Formats: sequence, structure tokens, C-alpha cells
Amino acid sequence: MSPTELIQTDRFVLSETERSAIEHEMHHYEDPRAASIEALKIVQKARGWVPDGAIPAIADILGIPGSDVEGVATFYSQIFRSPVGRHIIRVCDSMTCYIGGHETLLESVQNALGIGLGQTTADGRFTLLPVCCLGNCDKAPALMIDEDTFGNATPEGMAALLEQYP
Amino acid sequence: MATIHIDGKTYEVDGSDNLLQACLSLGLDVPYFCWHPSLGSVGSCRQCAVTQYNDENDKRGRLVMSCMAPVQDNMWISVEDEEAKKFRASVVEWLMTNHPHDCPVCEEGGHCHLQDMTVMTGHNKRRYRFTKRTHQNQELGPFVAHEMNRCIACYRCVRYYKDYAGGTDLGVYGAHDNVYFGRVEDGVLESEFSGNLTEVCPTGVFTDKTHSERYNRKWDMQFAPSICHGCSTGCNISPGERYGELRRIENRFNGEVNQYFLCDRGRFGYGYVNRTDRPRQVLLDGQALSIDTAFARLSDRLKARRLVGIGSPRASLESNHALKELVGAENFSTGLTQSEQELLELTLDILQNGPLPTSTLRDVEAHDAVFVLGEDLTQTAPRIALAVRQAAKGKATEIAAGMKIQDWHALAVKNVAQNALYPVFIASTQETRLDDVADTLHAAPADLARFGFAVAHFIDNTAPVVTGLSNEVLAQAQSLALSLLAARRPLLVAGSSLGSRAILEAAANIAKALKNREKAASISLVVPEANSLGLALLGGKPLESVLDLSTADALFVLENDLYRRLDAQRVDEALSKVSTLVVLDHQQTETLKKAQFVLPAATFAEADGTLVSQEGRAQRFFQVFDPTFYKPGDQVRESWRWLHGLSSALKGQAIDWTLLDHATEACAAAVPALAGIRDAAPKASFRIKGLKLAREPLRYSGRTAMRAKINVHEPRIPQDQDTAFAFSMEGYSGTQELRQQIPFAWAPGWNSPSAWNKFQDEVGGHLRAGDPGVRLIEPSGADSHWFSVCAAYQPEAGRFISVPVHHIFGSGEMSALTPVMQSRIPAPYAVVSSEDAERLGLKDGAQVQLRSDTQSLTVTLNLSTQLQPGLIGLPVGISAIPVKAGLVIDAIEECVQ
Repeated sequence: MSPTELIQTDRFVLSETERSAIEHEMHHYEDPRAASIEALKIVQKARGWVPDGAIPAIADILGIPGSDVEGVATFYSQIFRSPVGRHIIRVCDSMTCYIGGHETLLESVQNALGIGLGQTTADGRFTLLPVCCLGNCDKAPALMIDEDTFGNATPEGMAALLEQYP
Repeated sequence: MATIHIDGKTYEVDGSDNLLQACLSLGLDVPYFCWHPSLGSVGSCRQCAVTQYNDENDKRGRLVMSCMAPVQDNMWISVEDEEAKKFRASVVEWLMTNHPHDCPVCEEGGHCHLQDMTVMTGHNKRRYRFTKRTHQNQELGPFVAHEMNRCIACYRCVRYYKDYAGGTDLGVYGAHDNVYFGRVEDGVLESEFSGNLTEVCPTGVFTDKTHSERYNRKWDMQFAPSICHGCSTGCNISPGERYGELRRIENRFNGEVNQYFLCDRGRFGYGYVNRTDRPRQVLLDGQALSIDTAFARLSDRLKARRLVGIGSPRASLESNHALKELVGAENFSTGLTQSEQELLELTLDILQNGPLPTSTLRDVEAHDAVFVLGEDLTQTAPRIALAVRQAAKGKATEIAAGMKIQDWHALAVKNVAQNALYPVFIASTQETRLDDVADTLHAAPADLARFGFAVAHFIDNTAPVVTGLSNEVLAQAQSLALSLLAARRPLLVAGSSLGSRAILEAAANIAKALKNREKAASISLVVPEANSLGLALLGGKPLESVLDLSTADALFVLENDLYRRLDAQRVDEALSKVSTLVVLDHQQTETLKKAQFVLPAATFAEADGTLVSQEGRAQRFFQVFDPTFYKPGDQVRESWRWLHGLSSALKGQAIDWTLLDHATEACAAAVPALAGIRDAAPKASFRIKGLKLAREPLRYSGRTAMRAKINVHEPRIPQDQDTAFAFSMEGYSGTQELRQQIPFAWAPGWNSPSAWNKFQDEVGGHLRAGDPGVRLIEPSGADSHWFSVCAAYQPEAGRFISVPVHHIFGSGEMSALTPVMQSRIPAPYAVVSSEDAERLGLKDGAQVQLRSDTQSLTVTLNLSTQLQPGLIGLPVGISAIPVKAGLVIDAIEECVQ
């Protein structure tokens, strides 16, 4: 499937689960606007990313302008606005990891997957992204795959590590 | 007050200001971007850094952002400190890294704040030699062009559009050095005040698309101080002309009126001036004549006849008065229908004899509770709506003050207030575009008035009581009365746009009730057209009373399309009787098409004159350009000049092309209530250092060549006998000497609208020479009676009563003739309540035929959940739709496809 086919601006409908989760979240705050980020996370969790059509749908529930939701959705780099792979690899490129061997680690991941930063493998399995800190500086270089953080990562161990994420 | 020391000099400044305001108010050049007098400080661009010292012995100091540093007594700062200067140059350099080198093709060039600031800081060489970030631009509709690559991310546009003007469809997207200001997707900007983006944006991201069609630099345009004719608010404008065409309208700062902002009707609705189908020649039965021949023939025809004159609320006082002089007061009509005139006279009566002073437009913002009765302000007097929005947000400033946060601390104020608003209550027939800051009540006009009467009674129980209201409405009226009483300064806004006398009477009662309770309240009454109030002060008979004409009469119609006021049949009948119909107008109106004699009248751009705004402020507008300079045969003249000339010809005197001052003086002398108009602007003899005031910037170019295709011998520039302005760059255009009338804002080093700083007593305050215009009306409080409560609205079975629906784009007679407006004007429609539609089996969007006893109309049907059953909303001024209120529609039938 090409990415353009995934962008549904016209026919986007929030699922009942997404809708009720957003409405639930909204009631935690005095100002529904405060639930913007959570709402985007709910959609992203269900779909892997936030399609354009989700913006007016979320704005509608929260009762705020679409431009406000779009502003939040484009501000945070961890809200994905184009389709991503089944697994997200975030390789830390901050100072400590850089000294600790980030470059060779990144190269090995890129070689193993055949993609560069910001790209997704052809089989839709992995998306590779840089991240500026994982709070794991004592075990540099660090990377994160989905929810799992790995420290002291080595180029040699990468193949086995990636195998765990089918 | 506070004493501060800047670069070794000592100054007295306002202690509540920030340092940037203080420095700018002192006339010092401190560069800035994100700060704006109306938007306050956010401290994001870092451009206004200055050095602050601990005391006079501190030689090192530290950089502070002047817009975020409150003025403190005995403060020591330096603007000229080397480190501060270097820092400011480097800030511009950063901002410029992504800015394209496109000044020569950028429409902001020559009035660009970014250019000015770059020059001011001395950054003149780009060191950055890498790729620049680029963006795609959006199509934002017919008014505003978008060029995001030029953006320096100052955030002024969103702060203006969202925070100030309440728009919802312009946002900021992305983060760090990749931010985008625009809509979520392409589309027309929804705000009625979007045009201000072109002035708020310090560079060329948002520019005036209407100017783009026929572009030239600011320095190549000729300007004059003018007054917007779009509605009764009387905003001050600075129209720019080149080659005999009006090319742009910019805001002209008036600290008591519009300050920095205009509405889109006023800014973009000028295209009617440039229409090629305008009458430009004197015509006798369709045949062009020279002016002398025309006068001779016309005098022959007019001799020994009764002359009847119909004036106009869109013509100047001078023109109306000249007509009144020509025909005599007993034969002069205001050009308003009986019902329009009665409403206007009542409005004037409330303003003159009522207890409350009329609020200036700026002062509207200073009220802490607003009741809007029956007006959809955004459509009928848009700039007032923007001011009411600021009044609501005044609550934030109050909360902030309680926390010792200065009002200029924009983000802190916004944050601490958390959307808190002063109470605004809007009673209207349907939703309005101010509802997001207001509580609302929707009802039929009569019931709106009854609600108003009830509010008056709850404020002061000596006011007549309203019986038969539902408990819910009573509770709303009571709670509104309490919030008006609780306010320090409540404001009452009403008007005649619904054509309801009862609404004005209810407003009068509320005004009186507030006065009885000793509230420091104000009133603001919206009237239909630019000079409606002036015409009311001038006086005259209603239209109907002069239309009983005979063949022996000669009828003059001044800048008035009678077909917009009365049934076509009635007008046809009246006009068919007169053998001599003289029409003075600048557009091909239906009335003009019936004329035997056409005298081509000047628009505001080619004329001088005086208008009285709804505030009762007499303001003079001045001629921007002389059309005969480019078209020597052009016969367009001010109406007052035509009429006065005719008057002389009839008396057998030589035609006296009288001065504006004489026309104004004649009017002021004849009508005591208008005596003040003499002082609305300086006389033609006004000089500064012996100089007239320049209409053109010093760098105006191409004058020798611009007429070369007509004749290589450059003629003398037009001589302006009427005013203190010259059609030239020669003359005074500086900021040092006091003057109120400023054709264009320019000061050395300041080419953008930010140059207004240099004319103000303090930035964002008032013009140093005083704000232009004279208030003619102060209330006497002499009226002491209560108006009695009107009857409740009763829907009539099977019939519909029309209510006027006003549109900012479309309802203004002249702006609607502007080509660029066409796409924003709604197609002919009618709106009824959903209940009625359901009963009649009609769907939203259906093509329907409306039938009244006199006519039938085919329109698209819209449904409303707010409009009362039995009412039918008809858009005002939209072609084919009759404008008068209270039309009875007997049937609505779906058209068979």
C-alpha cells in the first residue's frame, strides 16, 4: 500500500473505542483542550499514526478549532503524521550516545534494514527514527524499539535484537 | 511616572510601561518584531535587547529584552551599547538565515518592518550560505496572499488572528526552525478582519492580494487622509493611488477610533472606485456634453420650475447641504424612507437628549459589561464587533492586575486569566460571529425589544414592567440586569439594522435605567450608512413626502439609488412624471439609468467632504487624486461642486468653483448642530513651515514619465485649492511638527505601518496633535419619559414576516460593487426556522419561490434552528431581494425542477 492511499481526509471515522477513550480522557480536565495530546496518542495507538482526517474529528469532540489540534499534532515529533512500520526503532543521537558509539550503531541498523533515518522498510516492519535522549546515558549508546529500551547496544548484537520484533 | 537613564540622558517615562514602549514613546529607535502595541509583549524574537546596568557605576551591565523588562524608577540602560548593538544585529542575522533574498519582487518591499529593522541594526551582509527551508503556500481567498518562505516566525499573525480577533482557522504548525503559519488546509480565511494580517505581519508573508493585481511600491503611491464609507463606524483610512486608480487601502491610526485595525469590507471593498463603467461624462439624454453646454441647457430646463432634491446618507454633508441650498429646505428630502428616517431621528434623539454619552470606538474596549441589543455587529458595524471582543477580554487584564502582572505581558495575562471574560450579552434574531464571547438570546425583533424593556425594568423598577414573558426569559433579563449593575462601566449597543423602533425605545429605557442607578454607562447606536447621522443632523423630509411630483418639477437625486429604498413600482411611478430628472452619482445605479441629466459625481477617492460617524464624530475625508491629471476630459467632480455651480448658474452668476472650506462653512453656518464640522480638519490655508502637506512620499518616482503616452510635455501637477494638501511629494511629510491629518505613515527609517509610532504621544496611544475629528453630540439628559413596552411577536399562520439579515460582504451598497468581493457575497437566499420548513416539507438548500402581494422571488432556502417560526430572514442588499423589513411573504413553494 502506498502512503497516499492511507491518507483519508474525506472518509475518516473515529472508531467507537477511540471516541469513548478520548471522551473519557477529556473529562479529566477542566478545559477539554488539555486532552489534545492524549487524544492524538489514542488515535496513534490504534492506528500507528495520526491521519489528517483525525484532526477535524478530534477537534470536533474537544470543541476546539482544528488549527489548534493540528498545531499540537505537528509540534511533537513522536506524533506520527505519515504511516510508520509495525515497529519503531528510535536510536539516540544525543551527546553521550554520540561519544559512546552512536554512529557505528546507527550504521549497523541502517545496513541491517536497508533504510535511512525517517524511512520505513518495504515490508512495513520497521521505521527508523533518531531520538534526542532516552534517559539512558549511563548505558550509551542506547536505542529503543517500540516500548523497550536497550543500553550498551553493539553493532554485533543488532541482528539478534531485531529478530525479536517480527 | 518613573525616571530612567538611557545612554547617559535622563527621561521621565510611564512607570507601567515596559522598556521598549518607553524607548519608542521617547522617539528612540529600538528594533523589534514580536511586540505590537495592540498585542503586547511575548519576548520571543529577542530583537529588542538593550543593556541594563545595576546603577550609574556599573560598566558591564547585562542584556535584557526591553519588551519584557518593566520600567523601574532610576533604571540605567543603554540602547547604543556595543554589545547590545552586536546582539541585535546577530538576531536579525539569525532571523534572516531562512528569509529569501526576494525584496525586489516582494510586495512588502518598501513598507516592510523587516527591511527597516535589518537596516536599523546594521546587518547588511549575509554569511549564511546554506540551504534555506522552504514551504508551500496556501490559497487563502480573494483578499490575502500567502508566501511562507518569508516568515521569520514572530508569531504576530496568530496572536492577532486568534487571540485578538477571535479567528479559529489560522494556526501555527511544526516546531523549532520549521514552523508554518496558515490554515489546516487551503481555503478562504474566515475572519472578517483577516486583512489586518497584511499590516500585522512584519514582512511579506501576508500581503494584500487586491493590490497585487495592480502593484506598485508604497513610495510610488499618492495618499490622502480619508474616512471609510463602508459603514457608520467612521474608521480612518489611508487609500493609495497611482495612474488614476485606487490600489490599496491601509489603516490610518486614530487613537480614538480604529487604532490599528480595519475590517475586510473597509480594506478590500474599494474596487467600485476603479470600475470602468462609472459615469464620467455629463450626459443629457445619453449624449455627452461639455460642462458649459450642460450647465446652459440644464439652467434653461430648470428655470421657473420647482426643484426637488433627494439627498443621501452615503454622500458628504457638503453635498447634501449644497443640494438643500439649491432646492430649498421645503423641497429637500434626506433620501430616506419614512420608516428609515423615523428610526434615525429616534437614534439621534436618544444620543442628543438621552442620559448616556456615546462611547468612542476605542473606549468600547474599556467597558466591563456589554449588552448588544438587536445588532449583528460583525455584519453591520464590523470594527465595533472587534472592539466589543476586546472589551470581553478586558477581564483578563483585570485578573492579571490583581496578580500584579502588567497588561502588556500578553502571555502571562492570557495564561492567568484562562479564557475569563467580562460579560457580553447578545440579543439577536440568529447566531452572530461574536457569540463565542457572549451569552445569547435569539428571538423575533419585537421580543428582543421586550427583552430589552424587561432588562430596563430589572435595572430600575420605575421602568415599565413587561408582562407575559416566560420565566426563562425573565431570569435571563434579571441576570443580565444584575451583571450590568455589577459592572463598573456597562456599555449598551443597539441600532436600527432590524428596522425595529421598539428595539431603540427599549435601548432608551435601558440607558435611562442605568442613569437612574447612577452607573457610569455608555451607549453606542449603530446607524445604517457612513453619513446617516450627519444627514439626521442636517434634517430633511422623508423620501415619500417629496415623491408626489408633477411634470413641472425637476428632480435632483444625489448619490442615492431609490430602488434600494422603495418598491420599484413606486419609484417608477414617481420618476415617470418628471421630465427633468438629474442624477448625481458615481455608479450605474438603477436610478441613474432613468436620468435625463447625469452629472458624474466623485467617490470618496476623488472628493473632499465631511461625514458624521455613529459616534457623532465629524470627520473630513480628503481627495486622494485628481482624475483629470490622467484623463484630461474626465468630468467627475464632487457633488457639492456640481450643485453649487448649478446654483450659481441659475442665479445668473459666473460659475464659482467654490472651495471646500466655503462649502463646509455654508453647511456649518446653516445648521447649528453642525457648527463643529468647521474644526473637523484644518482649513485649506493650513501650512507647516509655510508648506502644504505632501500627498506623496519623498521618493515618489516616475512623475515625468507617467503621463508621457498622453503628452511628452509634463503638465503642471494639479493644484489643490480646496485643502492643505499638495498633489506632490513637495510639502511637509515629517513627524516633528504637530499635525492630525496624515496621508501616509512614514518617518526616516520607518517605512512600514510601524511608522505610526513616530506620530503618537506614546506608542499605541493617541496622535500627538490630537486624534482627528470632532464630536458633535454630547447628551443633555433632557429626555425624561419612559417608552412603553411593545406588543409581543405573534406569528401569523401561513405567512412569513421578513427580517433583514446583514452581511459584511454584500449588504454595503458600494463595497458590493467591488469585483473582488463577488466571491464572498452570498447568493440570493432566504432563511426560515427548521420547524416551519418541516411543516412545509422543505429541505435545506431547496430552490423556492417566495410570493408576496407585490412580487415573487426565487431563492435558495436555508434553515436555522435559531430563527423564530413565522419569520423569514432575507439578506440585505443582495441583488433581487427587497431590502425593507417587515415584508409579508404569503407563500413559500418549492420550485419544480
